[in-house]
Amino acid sequence: MSAKEEILARMRRALDGAGPVPVPPREYRRALDEDADVVEMLIDRLVDYKAEVHHGVDAIEAALGDAKQVVVPADLPTEWRLGRSVFIEDRNLATEDLDGADAVLTGCAAAVAVSGTIMLDAGAAQGRRAITLVPDHHVIVVRRDQIVGHLAEALPRLHPTRPQTWISGPSATSDIELQRVEGVHGPRRLDVVILGD
Amino acid sequence: MTTAFPPGRSLRSPKFAESAKVALGMPQLRSNLAHATGTIRGKRATVVGELDDWESLRDAAAAIKADVQHRMPELAVAFERKATEAGATVHWARDGAEANRIAARITREAGADEVVKVKSMATQEIELNEHFEAEGLKAWETDLAELIVQLAEDRPSHILVPAIHYNRTEIRDIFKGRMSDAPTGLTDEPAALAEAARLHLRRRFLSAKVAVSGANFAVAETGSLVVVESEGNGRMCLTMPRTLISVVGVEKLLPRFEDLEVFMQLLPRSSTGERMNPYTSIWTGATGGDGPEDVHIILLDNGRTDVLADEVGRQALSCIRCSACLNVCPVYERTGGHAYGHVYPGPIGAILAPQLEPGRHDDLPYASSLCGACYEVCPVKINIPEVLVHLRQQGPHHVGEKAAMGAAEAVMARPRLWRAALGAARFFSLPWRKRGSVRRLPWPASKWTVSRDMPVPPKETFRDWWKERER
Ligand code: SF4
Repeated sequence: MSAKEEILARMRRALDGAGPVPVPPREYRRALDEDADVVEMLIDRLVDYKAEVHHGVDAIEAALGDAKQVVVPADLPTEWRLGRSVFIEDRNLATEDLDGADAVLTGCAAAVAVSGTIMLDAGAAQGRRAITLVPDHHVIVVRRDQIVGHLAEALPRLHPTRPQTWISGPSATSDIELQRVEGVHGPRRLDVVILGD
Repeated sequence: MTTAFPPGRSLRSPKFAESAKVALGMPQLRSNLAHATGTIRGKRATVVGELDDWESLRDAAAAIKADVQHRMPELAVAFERKATEAGATVHWARDGAEANRIAARITREAGADEVVKVKSMATQEIELNEHFEAEGLKAWETDLAELIVQLAEDRPSHILVPAIHYNRTEIRDIFKGRMSDAPTGLTDEPAALAEAARLHLRRRFLSAKVAVSGANFAVAETGSLVVVESEGNGRMCLTMPRTLISVVGVEKLLPRFEDLEVFMQLLPRSSTGERMNPYTSIWTGATGGDGPEDVHIILLDNGRTDVLADEVGRQALSCIRCSACLNVCPVYERTGGHAYGHVYPGPIGAILAPQLEPGRHDDLPYASSLCGACYEVCPVKINIPEVLVHLRQQGPHHVGEKAAMGAAEAVMARPRLWRAALGAARFFSLPWRKRGSVRRLPWPASKWTVSRDMPVPPKETFRDWWKERER
């Protein structure tokens, strides 16, 4: 018997005689109250995570700071490529080139206010996973219409089988005396630029 | 590097009561643990309190996991089909040895003799690192706490924060003594220690050919795996190497992608006390031009189907390894994780270890005062006290009675035992500090750091202590 057959047989034996289980109750919230200010809440959470928040397309320059070499996905809108930086389109850049860049600038798929989570699903203006990981500074542009209140509202907006990265603040660890320290292996600096009101 | 415990230690490891006795005499350990678990209890309570539907989320999670258990064969096959369609290779492993063999073979075939690892309980459970070592392969832990534990040649003592038993100064000493490229003048500031880990691992991440991970969830509907983490070492391992091997217990299945809306609210709030963990990675098979091209998933049984066969005990398979039950457990807080002699410590370990390895941990169901705090915090509503009582009834009676005398009650209520343990601890502490650096000590003192100036053991009873703690 193959391992698969044997494990499946063990499972079936273990469940022999087990009756049906009830359909899971789903009485939990799926959205925030209508009057919730999701932009305000998102900003509050991001600041709590020690990310910096900016407003409007003109703020992209400030968010990039003094980054000289900035990696961007090839489909990043041209109107976002602002400031003194040199924008390097990712056409399969080598890891060393990513490591040598000062920052990366991308869009996102959705943002969840309650938890301050920005989601990337390899869709438009987001690029592949490595470009948002290796450079030490990530600037994410979030359009107002991409912000939702609740996690349950965000999931249907994601492409379920493309690679996803959910980001809630810069890289951090709490492994030393449970004290949160920002900045380990992922980008140590996270700037978020919100477009539209 | 050798490991502090040879594989198969559970056969030889001292029983809970003996290990606990020594642990109790280690005030540094107790103080590190009390500090850490106290902090995390507070953080958890705050973020859980923010959600007015917490109980509904728990009910949903418990029911989804019960559904998974009842439909496990169907869901496992569906997962395999979807993941395979998406370009992954799915392997099945009856036990840890089989999983280790498969992982080692894939590593060799990828032309590598080392792997980078994301923190994973499943690979600890099957002792993958030790197996790789025996085969001449090297597995590098990349999670900060796992790195600390690996450098110290120690064992993890907590599910979430494996180095919870070390304080910052001890960690600094481990880095200085054991990390070849530790910066000179390294301080014990957590930020400086994190920076040292970043520098130490960066090259390795960017050049690794093979990574090994576990998974927090496996979505049957899509064939996707989910890894929840903080530091970005997970993203590095899941993104940069060409080959990725994920060892996934069959109980990690979820029926639908949508189910993440339940579990991704419960897990970060219960584990690190955050509204969301910094990074969550979700991938489905291989994606051309984005991440590993050679993607393997090893579906692991290793005793899980035996747990599934026990109608009362099977709820232990719902565990999402958040560690909230450890952080509230009065017994865990006093003894630490090593006393349990299994990779799953604390209340969850007390019900899972004896079921995964029948006959080896019959005393663990007694390592509890049945106070019920674990059940209250468990995000998937595992009725741990119920399973403990059930397992006590199943276990050999004589072991039970003896253990009951020796384990929880002793830990909780008898100052005399503290004093007895103190002598042993002081004995063990001498060579540790004399050398002025971290070195190995005989089991079980090797598992804990010991401070030379030991205060008088507490005289409080369990009830006093509990009341004090509640304030
Ligand atoms: S038993 Fe419950 S509380 Fe304990 S680690 Fe598992 S999910 Fe968390």
